[in-house]
Amino acid sequence: MPRPMRVVTDKKIDMKSLKRLMAYVFKKYGKSLIAVVICIIISSVSTVIVNMFMAKLIDGVIVPGLSTGFDAVKAKLVHIIELMILFDVLGIVAAIIYPRIMATVGQGTIKSLRDDMFDNMETLPIRYFDSRTHGEIMSSYTNDVDTIRMLVGQSIPSAVSSIMTVTVIFLTMLRYSFWLTFGIILFIVLMFKVTKKYGGKSARFMKAQQKSIAKEEGFIEEMMEGMKVVKVFTHEDEAKEQFDALNEQLFNDVKTANAAANTLMPVLGNIGNLMYVVIAILGGLIVVLNIPNLSLTGIGALTIGVIISFLSLSRQLSQTIAQISMQVSSIAMALAGSDRVFALIDEQSEADEGYVTLVNAKETIAEGLTECEEFTGKWAWKHFHKADGTTTYVELKGNIEMVDVDFGYEPDKQVLHDVTLYAKPGQKIAFVGATGAGKTTITNLINRFYDIPDGKIRYDGINITKIKKDDLRRSLGMVLQDVNLFTGTIMDNIRYGKLDATDEECINAAKLANAHDFIMGLPNGYETELTGNGSQLSQGQRQLLSIARAAVANPPVMILDEATSSIDTRTEAIVQRGMDNLMEGRTVFVIAHRLSTVRNANAIMVLDHGRIIERGTHDELIAAKGTYYQLYTGAFELE
Amino acid sequence: MSVIKKLAPKIDGYRKETILTPTFMLGEVALECIIPYVMATLIDEMTGVSLTPVLKYGAILVALACFSLFCGMNSAKFAATASAGFAKNLRRDLFYRTLDFSFEDIDKFSSSSLVTRLTNDVTQLQMAFQMLIRMAVRTPLMLIFSVCMAFSINNKMAWIFVGIIPFLGIALYAIFRVAHPIFKRIFKKYDALNNSVQENVAGIRVVKAFVREDYEQKKFNAASEEVRKDFTHAEKILALNNPCMLFSIKVTVLLVCWLGAKIIIGTNATELTTGQLSSLIAYGVQILSSLMMLSMVFIQMTFSAEAGNRVCEVLDHESALKSPEGGLTEVKDGSIEFDHVSFKYRPNSRRTALTDINLKIESGQTIGIIGSTGSSKTTLIQLISRLYDATEGVVRVGGRDVREYDLTALRDQVAVVLQKNILFSGTVKENLRWGNKEASDEELVRVCKLAHADEFVQQMPEKYDTMLSQGGTNVSGGQKQRLCIARALLKKPKILILDDSTSAVDTKTDALIRRALKDEIPATTKLIIAQRVSSIEDSDVIIVLDGGKISEMGTHAELMQHGGIYREIYDTQTSGKEVAANA
Repeated sequence: MPRPMRVVTDKKIDMKSLKRLMAYVFKKYGKSLIAVVICIIISSVSTVIVNMFMAKLIDGVIVPGLSTGFDAVKAKLVHIIELMILFDVLGIVAAIIYPRIMATVGQGTIKSLRDDMFDNMETLPIRYFDSRTHGEIMSSYTNDVDTIRMLVGQSIPSAVSSIMTVTVIFLTMLRYSFWLTFGIILFIVLMFKVTKKYGGKSARFMKAQQKSIAKEEGFIEEMMEGMKVVKVFTHEDEAKEQFDALNEQLFNDVKTANAAANTLMPVLGNIGNLMYVVIAILGGLIVVLNIPNLSLTGIGALTIGVIISFLSLSRQLSQTIAQISMQVSSIAMALAGSDRVFALIDEQSEADEGYVTLVNAKETIAEGLTECEEFTGKWAWKHFHKADGTTTYVELKGNIEMVDVDFGYEPDKQVLHDVTLYAKPGQKIAFVGATGAGKTTITNLINRFYDIPDGKIRYDGINITKIKKDDLRRSLGMVLQDVNLFTGTIMDNIRYGKLDATDEECINAAKLANAHDFIMGLPNGYETELTGNGSQLSQGQRQLLSIARAAVANPPVMILDEATSSIDTRTEAIVQRGMDNLMEGRTVFVIAHRLSTVRNANAIMVLDHGRIIERGTHDELIAAKGTYYQLYTGAFELE
Repeated sequence: MSVIKKLAPKIDGYRKETILTPTFMLGEVALECIIPYVMATLIDEMTGVSLTPVLKYGAILVALACFSLFCGMNSAKFAATASAGFAKNLRRDLFYRTLDFSFEDIDKFSSSSLVTRLTNDVTQLQMAFQMLIRMAVRTPLMLIFSVCMAFSINNKMAWIFVGIIPFLGIALYAIFRVAHPIFKRIFKKYDALNNSVQENVAGIRVVKAFVREDYEQKKFNAASEEVRKDFTHAEKILALNNPCMLFSIKVTVLLVCWLGAKIIIGTNATELTTGQLSSLIAYGVQILSSLMMLSMVFIQMTFSAEAGNRVCEVLDHESALKSPEGGLTEVKDGSIEFDHVSFKYRPNSRRTALTDINLKIESGQTIGIIGSTGSSKTTLIQLISRLYDATEGVVRVGGRDVREYDLTALRDQVAVVLQKNILFSGTVKENLRWGNKEASDEELVRVCKLAHADEFVQQMPEKYDTMLSQGGTNVSGGQKQRLCIARALLKKPKILILDDSTSAVDTKTDALIRRALKDEIPATTKLIIAQRVSSIEDSDVIIVLDGGKISEMGTHAELMQHGGIYREIYDTQTSGKEVAANA
């Protein structure tokens, strides 16, 4: 509906995506589309044919009627009116049917495009999200889909109908007179030339306009976000000055772009008027000079009735062309939009060549570890060996090894070098180091958010590339520094960790995370609805929920990223206790910012520029008086 | 209606264009209506004997077409200028208005909603305005002219049109009435759907870490299906517009043909001619399509009304916090006094953020403030530079009530480094000069040295000319904080407030900065809010806030002696250190 649209037509329009879009629609709605085209043909014919009846009415009824009287021609008139009614009814029925089908087709198409985009988006590697802003991805779902909806729902039917109408008009014209048709063709060529010229001009202005809109919006966004700083620095006047300059620029660009878009219609309309005059004169000449009229029906004299219907046909033609010209810009926008939509749909999914799966297991003395259907609380890796066709089961314990791991987000920029570490079940490994030292990167490799080019990571002795990604991630819990909550109740958000968890399980998890007390303090307790990433909660409370969410999943290995944001000492103690509870009895990788965390760790890894430069327990590292000692005593920045 | 009244003055400076657009439009429409009439005459004169009448009327037609083109081009151009100007004024007024907003107002509207109002809503109103001065003028005029022309051709026949207008009008209105509430409802659902995409994009790591891709897909597909169903339903209703329109046109044409033929023959072409018959049909189509256009304009306007309301909300909002007329422009010194001050964020809220605060700070003192989250530390200091007004009691700076000062003068003397601080896109220099436009380069370096920012700025590729990205994301948290302090120092304020401004700076640098402040700007009153005891322990006075009240106040030694909250915080924060020192 009336949402301001963004035109982004930087590159040349590629018809490929239009073809693909058409194929996409046709595959699903082929039959419906055929019905629509038939309806459009019927309705175009019924609209144009009125003019033919007008010619018949004048030449066959009115002109002879003037000399013979009304009664003599009445029968003929009734006959013509009857035929007109027949076509009218057909036309109206078609006009009722096809927009309804198009509503189904249009909405259905964008629904499946939206679903395809979302379904594929969920499978994309984290890399994809790293390289784009949220706004960029979002705009495919809103702006781009909107342009396609306009295209499928409006522009295409209207273009098809216009083309049909033009064709029918031409055929009708040829049936009457070649000479006059030829005159009209000249004008049509002129009209298309004008549209093209204006279209190009207006597209250029549009681009300039889009640019200054983006600039102004960027400025407004920044100023609104930083409004409090503006006020504190009494920077209002400077802000006004800057704004006025941008606003003036935008005004000028909008003015020119709109003027170009607005003038097309009067120009085309009046070329149409000119065409009318020329056809009238041409027709008059033919009649006066008695030039034989050449038409599809043969050679004959040109009648007044034919000229009259020709004139109204020419009006209809110019109006139809004006209509087509109005669709040009929205088609261009939709093409750019569908390019981006298909790009998202086509984006390569996260590869998963893993075949080792996680299964419920039970252990008996007779058979050892075996797979079973029911939930036993014991899990095992089911490992099928291709070489000898056997299947082995390895109990899920949480033993992690990293051997000689290298990694870079970009191929030529290595972030981690030769990282080797071992974590036995139940051990706590703390990572310490400056921003950009590679702490978060290491944890992102364990759950395969990114794949390593060199080195090995093993989980319970199995190379993690052999493990199915879903099962690998299920066996790892994560509490990230930036908390993301979803729209829904607090209960829903906790249950996110384990979809079939009972209310009781969720509440127990909340208790473990130290979140229960604050939740009970909320007016609706666990049923409190969260919106906007839980914006109604404090930072500390959101962290507690994120801990509870990981707790309910109950995995043997946890990855924790402690928050750096300054929460006060008391809340911090509460969060810390929640974290400590969560770490109990699990293998833990923690990106540490808190003293107590580091001190309780079995091993501390000090990272610097992607290398482990020191490792050991707290006491060992303090005694060594190295980087850790300096970090610890506050000589370096720790973020 | 009040929306229109409120927005109407925004055409200021473009009044001429706003009036000329419909004026030329009037000419264009009049000509568009006369042209078919002349065409009819031309047809009637086309007897097949002589070409003279054809040429004569042809010439008239060409002249009229040229004139119509002139009117059309002008109206198009003026419309573009007027609507762009309207949007420009509106945007400017909105922006200026938000600059007058107090912190309270900004909290109330939220910055993201203000952005939407200044961008999307204004764009939509711009389109609506252009539609208003073009289409909303054009279509009724077209309707009226066409009816008039029809009556001038033939009275009897024209009544057919008059009869069909109400039918079509009612039908279109009924369709709109049914469809509008449905659309309104679905847009909410549609927003929720997009919101869930947003959540997934932002939280993709959570989704993947918990292996919830399938779950999210199912959830999304279900929501998307619901949106599809609703939209299809609503669009189908709206799609009835077209056949109603078509039906009206066809009935009209049939009636005109039947009666027209009868009249022409019956009166021997005296009352009606063939040419007139065809132009009557043309007018009929024009009348009905104007009606259709009118209904579309109406729909567009109703949708834009929402945007208009949102924009007016901002324009109408009077900020309660205003600079007094002829306020004091001199701040005598950096002394601060809180006299029985209480504060509530919202007048009707039950919770008081600050309760009965009494406090006297002398010029040049260093004050440390500590307390848990929600103890209103930030609230307290925001009253000093009048970012909020006290609900009860008086806050005095330099011995005078803060409400007596000119706001700019007051805020220039009370520099606050906010907790949620922001750098803007631009060079380091440009960002620093927020503190003082005229500051020399040496001055910049001097304050950066004070804030211990110079060392890292010197290491940046372009030094002080390095571009910072929006939000200052290309410097680390600690660096950002130091730049923000430098920026505030440039103001040479009488009072400097640091609201948790060194939380990401290491303790050593933190201490160096405090040392520098003490030595270099001794006369400036300094208020430091911190989580770390080490940041405030050497202050002249330490204030411990708890639940919006001053619970302890004194020097470090006094408070340690007292053994209250301060002592508790001190012990928890330093326990680790002592062990380390022993190790």
